[in-house]
Amino acid sequence: MIRLDNLTKVFDTPDGAVVAADHISMEVPRGEICVLLGPSGCGKTTTLKMINRIVRSTSGKVFLDGEDTSGLDTEALRRNIGYVIQQIGLFPNMTIEENITVVPKLLGWDKQRYKTRARELMDMIAMDAEAFLKRYPSELSGGQQQRIGVARALAADPPVMLMDEPFGAIDPINRAVIQDEFLKMQAELQKTIMFVSHDIDEAIKMGDRIAIFREGKLVQYSEPDELLSAPKNTFVESFLGEDRALKRLNLVRVRDVISDEIGTVVGNDTLTTARERIDAHGYRDAILLVDDRRRPIGVISRDTTGSHQGYCRDHMRGLPAVVNLGDDLRKVASLMFAHDTTWLPCVDDNGTLCGQITQRDMTHHLGSRYRARRSAADSEKPVGS
Amino acid sequence: MPIRSLSSALKLGAAILLFLAGVWAQASGLVDEFRFYWPDIRYLSVQHLWLTAISGGLAVVVAVPLGVLLSRPSVSRWAESLMQLLNVGTTIPTLAVLALSMSFLGIGTAPAIFGLFVATLLPIARNTYVGLRSVSPALMEAAAGIGMSPLQRLLRVELPNALYVIFAGIRTALAINIGTVPLAFLIGAGGLGELIFTGIDLYDTVMMLSGAIPTALLAVLVDVMIALITFLVVPRGVNPARQR
Repeated sequence: MIRLDNLTKVFDTPDGAVVAADHISMEVPRGEICVLLGPSGCGKTTTLKMINRIVRSTSGKVFLDGEDTSGLDTEALRRNIGYVIQQIGLFPNMTIEENITVVPKLLGWDKQRYKTRARELMDMIAMDAEAFLKRYPSELSGGQQQRIGVARALAADPPVMLMDEPFGAIDPINRAVIQDEFLKMQAELQKTIMFVSHDIDEAIKMGDRIAIFREGKLVQYSEPDELLSAPKNTFVESFLGEDRALKRLNLVRVRDVISDEIGTVVGNDTLTTARERIDAHGYRDAILLVDDRRRPIGVISRDTTGSHQGYCRDHMRGLPAVVNLGDDLRKVASLMFAHDTTWLPCVDDNGTLCGQITQRDMTHHLGSRYRARRSAADSEKPVGS
Repeated sequence: MPIRSLSSALKLGAAILLFLAGVWAQASGLVDEFRFYWPDIRYLSVQHLWLTAISGGLAVVVAVPLGVLLSRPSVSRWAESLMQLLNVGTTIPTLAVLALSMSFLGIGTAPAIFGLFVATLLPIARNTYVGLRSVSPALMEAAAGIGMSPLQRLLRVELPNALYVIFAGIRTALAINIGTVPLAFLIGAGGLGELIFTGIDLYDTVMMLSGAIPTALLAVLVDVMIALITFLVVPRGVNPARQR
């Protein structure tokens, strides 16, 4: 757990004092990722760096797991905090193995233990230990280097990690891959992480919570979905962008929106039965055909039921697409657009039908929460007061 | 040897020329004249190398810590101006430095070593300072953020990464040093300068060359030696000569 208590930094510049961070108070619960987000110069990096004293705070306190860190020796404090920076900062004079065992060595681990740990870490970041441990950073690509950077920060298994735009310098394709890998690792490791970003999409993807900064002040601190559905003021609103409702698509899963009411037919039903069910459910153009284990296999269109006679199994059309319960709405929307349809069947991991998701359900879900939050937010006080 | 390219043709040409030069030198009796100076060359070369070793060694021992000191953040306010002072110092001709040191240390080995030491000091200190200052700030931040103490940062990160530049400074400085040692003869410290200057005074070309050629060879030898040490000592990851 990280708790900041009125953390403040005032820089003395030739033009007078500049308040880079103004009485920041916030708490990151154990095992969560908190993304500090804001335009450049908003104080997010300063706030992060005051935690491990790369920047000395002017006033205020930092608590890690409830312990006031102001009494701790700087080196001891830092060795207990994993630190990843945008420029990666691997030591070019050391091999990959030496780089990732730096902290264990500083902590006085014996050789056998840190050598084993290096191999564990390479497995964790999905890189081949034999191929890479003896190489030098300059021989690696940017993406590989930052994986090693993360491994180095994790080496001594610190409970807390600070990450300063860690994936900012990596090309978009690799960045998405590394973000996914990192989230997978985090699901297992459950570190308490503060993560600076200026990329709203990255924040939504990575953050369990997002803290929005502006001119040294913490403006809003909420969970991503709440942030997007109920921005506190016009600054947050404009920072999140006009398409913030679309960004929420990433956060909502099919299982949150699914309606389990869905009419189906099986292969042995006649087209007349199909027609009756289509009318009974009020479907406009088609009904889903499932097999005997309730797995979707095709659709029977309304037109077919009017113009043909016989069994459904002889008149089905192919299925446009199915979505999984765990998929996010962004994928669903994309599939709907691609196949020009307003509904899709949803299946669980076994492929069994669970229900359907319609365009109306989606817009309703996003819209209703937005309206509800908005009226609630009007009566709330701003953070920090 | 079949000739397939321009470079192999040049090599063959050079070998033939060298052979002809050898034949001519032998025929004209030049080789015998040089052999006459052989004991002098041996004795003076050793003396020459000692002067370089002592003055150069002292310079390394003083200049590297000086460069380290100047690169510390706590002295950064004065470091630039002090470096400028050292830069001005480099522009004073070595002969003048020798003359100055003779004027208060007298003649002999001591003033020569002092003069050579001063001339060698500056390039090493400057390269140490510049090398350490050019270690990337990101690297320094990573080292600090990881929990290294200032001394650990210096020894494990800054110095290894600056080592190549520091060695380049030592190489330059020793090249200057070994080329300057002949001047030390002028203030009575011996060295191969004895043959060179006496040769000039006596219009004795062979005597002069007996000093000049070994001086040149020693300079090349020392340079190669430092290059070899650089190759071996600078970690592979930051050694341009060892990158694959």
